[in-house]
Amino acid sequence: MAVLHTVNKSPFERDSLATCLRLARPGSTLLLIEDGIYAALRGTAVEETLCAALGSHEIRVLEPDLLARGMDPAGLIEGIERVDYGGFVDLAAAHDSVQAWL
Amino acid sequence: MSKAPPPPPPPPDDFDDDEGPEIVKRFLYVNRRAPYGSIYALEALEVVLIGAAFDQDVSVAFIGDGVYQLKKGQDTAGVEMKNFSPTYRALEMYDVEKLYVERESLVARGLTAEDLIVPVEVLDSDALGAVMEQQDVVLSF
Repeated sequence: MAVLHTVNKSPFERDSLATCLRLARPGSTLLLIEDGIYAALRGTAVEETLCAALGSHEIRVLEPDLLARGMDPAGLIEGIERVDYGGFVDLAAAHDSVQAWL
Repeated sequence: MSKAPPPPPPPPDDFDDDEGPEIVKRFLYVNRRAPYGSIYALEALEVVLIGAAFDQDVSVAFIGDGVYQLKKGQDTAGVEMKNFSPTYRALEMYDVEKLYVERESLVARGLTAEDLIVPVEVLDSDALGAVMEQQDVVLSF
């Protein structure tokens, strides 16, 4: 059963991402939205964690939230792909369920 | 029986601060939240601007995710929210000129002072802690 996990909190403020990564089954997909996008960038204290997670999960980031926060898509960790709102809907439709890590 | 004439209205400069002693306190606004994900950053900015009208000694600190408030290049068109980051550049006009950013917070987020929309003073935790200790009033957001 394929699950789409959404994380909308900064990894520096909450443990939402860490908890998600601990419990998400290999092969499930992560979508970083709102303040969750801060985890997707190179050069941060959580970059290693994200790189490790890419070994067992597809990771996506919501581009409008990235741009709103002044983050350059060129600064994304390699392997993390951008989606727009339509892509978010497609991801939700392509998975059996969506789990939100608030 | 004649009535005394009404007193003249006070001159417009009656409210000037230079009449009589004035109490100036050191105010520090502490920002620890990212913008847009919650209302804290915008509310803090509003309070700083309101407080600036009272001619106090104002400082603003950005710690933790608060440093993201100052990130250059914010473009909120896609999320249909107000981009309030240009307002940080206007703080100078309100004599809010002491902006402090914690170095450790920048480093953990892969940012430098060059990534920020306004000139700031980058202080390490120890130095920022000393600044905080000197304040009369600390308002946290």
